[in-house]
Amino acid sequence: MAMTDPVNGRFGDFGGQYLPESLVPACQELEHAFRTAWADAAFQDEYAAILRDYAGRPTPVTECRRLSERLGVRVLLKREDLAHTGSHKINNVIGQALLTRRMGKERVVAETGAGQHGVATATACALFGLECVVYMGEVDVERQALNVFRMKLLGAEVRPVSSGSRTLKDAINEAMRDWVATVETTHYCIGSVMGPHPYPWMVRQFQRIIGEEASGQVRQILDGADPDYVIACVGGGSNAAGIFSGFVDTEAKLIGVEPEGGAAINNGIPGVVHGSKSFLLQDEHGQVTEAHSISAGLDYPGVGPEHAFLADSGRAVYRTAGDSEVLDALKLLAQTEGIIPALESAHAIAWLARAAGSSELPAGSTVLVNLSGRGDKDVEQVMGLLA
Amino acid sequence: MTTLTYGPLETALRSARDTGRKLLVPYVTVGLPGWTEVLGAYVAAGADAIEIGIPFSDPVMDGPTIQEASQRALDGGVTPLGALASLAGLDVGVPLIAMTYYNVVFRSGHRRFAQSLRDNGVAAAIVPDLPLEELGDWRRAAEDGGVETVLLASPVTPDDRLARLCELSQGFIYGVGIMGVTGERGEVAASSKIIAKRLKAMTDKPVLIGFGVSTPAHAADLAEHADGVIVASALMRKLLDGASPEDLGEQVAALRAALDEVAGD
Repeated sequence: MAMTDPVNGRFGDFGGQYLPESLVPACQELEHAFRTAWADAAFQDEYAAILRDYAGRPTPVTECRRLSERLGVRVLLKREDLAHTGSHKINNVIGQALLTRRMGKERVVAETGAGQHGVATATACALFGLECVVYMGEVDVERQALNVFRMKLLGAEVRPVSSGSRTLKDAINEAMRDWVATVETTHYCIGSVMGPHPYPWMVRQFQRIIGEEASGQVRQILDGADPDYVIACVGGGSNAAGIFSGFVDTEAKLIGVEPEGGAAINNGIPGVVHGSKSFLLQDEHGQVTEAHSISAGLDYPGVGPEHAFLADSGRAVYRTAGDSEVLDALKLLAQTEGIIPALESAHAIAWLARAAGSSELPAGSTVLVNLSGRGDKDVEQVMGLLA
Repeated sequence: MTTLTYGPLETALRSARDTGRKLLVPYVTVGLPGWTEVLGAYVAAGADAIEIGIPFSDPVMDGPTIQEASQRALDGGVTPLGALASLAGLDVGVPLIAMTYYNVVFRSGHRRFAQSLRDNGVAAAIVPDLPLEELGDWRRAAEDGGVETVLLASPVTPDDRLARLCELSQGFIYGVGIMGVTGERGEVAASSKIIAKRLKAMTDKPVLIGFGVSTPAHAADLAEHADGVIVASALMRKLLDGASPEDLGEQVAALRAALDEVAGD
């Protein structure tokens, strides 16, 4: 199977466009703009040039000699942490900023959890001269103070959200409420492979560069072979969708790692929130429940609909990692390879460290991990947690 | 020629409208303290139908007032089907319209939800995050269960789509008066009158305008262009601030009087 275009806005039974009437025309306009841009060589050239000359692509693949020795499996890292702004989020926002300009809109709203997508959006808006408003839950404003300041330095306005769980879910609610009122002049730059069609598909297409690059890079390292496993953390799931799309047609086993306290695929049931149908943490009455994770970027009760589809079809499997093993994994990577991962990305390392040598991930396997972001933003939080 | 048969909501609203009356639909969030007494107060004050909000955890079309009302009701332990069951045997005297978000319907099960509405005397449903493209499954279950589905039209809805909404909406067509979420506004937005006129030019179904209709003056102003209004946040703000059902009844009576003045012109 492949990660193909959605049919009628759906991946199997998942996805769709569950939207208030006021937002339907904007999503139709966005789909049209994306389809024509994606098929337009000039757009592709401009997008590729910005990713190369501004965002620092291609990012390298690093072979982890000391970590491999420690775990008994051969570990390769796709280094999205080295992209401009410190994570893979830049790939998506450059694409959406280009679309914003193409649609003649001048204002961008975004949600952010860890602040990575907020910083990336603020960056792209500075680059393109767009007005930028970022919604962020109060809890996250506190635990990601550094990123809040970065966004402000970049000229964005950060609006703290005090409703509900005061995390990513509520930041999305507030961004959507803003968008309903401003849709004629504003683009909503969603940061993950979630939301109403065309977002899950469009964001995956903007992130597939990760998988496309990695596929060639890994074959070079492995003398033409593909890895046995491809592992990525999953909150909404954009970095996972990006790297999986480069390996879905190979024999590689695809593994997404959800945070234990926000594992929509592992612990959720189908539901509809934020515009699409997917797995969702909720009670029996359909009220969405709160996620709890050490990582603000994964603190979300839902997951992108294409991941629901990949899980349902069995092409990818989804495991979980808990907060304390994530902290251990962060230290492990820091001390064996000199790389401090983002808490989000450390989930992938945590599962790898736990599973390596087991029947699920036999010794001697070759593993590609998407290191989706760097841990600079988390250092203060981690300092508090390890104190 | 086909014989048109309307559901109880559309029948009631058409016949009231056709006598020259302007229509008033006040709202209450299900599960707030005293909410069933509020229904009675609304009816006594001259409501033509009542919108009852079944709370959802993530109401993206609602502003701070309805968000707070929803959260308070949920904190009080209200559940969707439990709330509907508490209506059983309660003869309100005007048609009830349930408003909730799609996940509540989806998790209850389309047929079970429709049946529960029907069994508990609720005539119609409004599901604001279920656009035409996703309407099918619910619409079939609702029609089989004898429940009308009210559709919303937005200021940015293009004409061809507006025509389809008018054709498919049941009970009435809900004109969203502003671009934005529910909530009180200082004055009537130009977009409210424009959507009212566009809808009235397109359909003979009752056209009601909601979102930002806060005062008797607003209601009267809009009733010049539409068949009536829906008032939610202005009432819920008072209820959240401790007003009694009688207080809310007085507020609805003032809206009624303003509308009757327009109708009498």
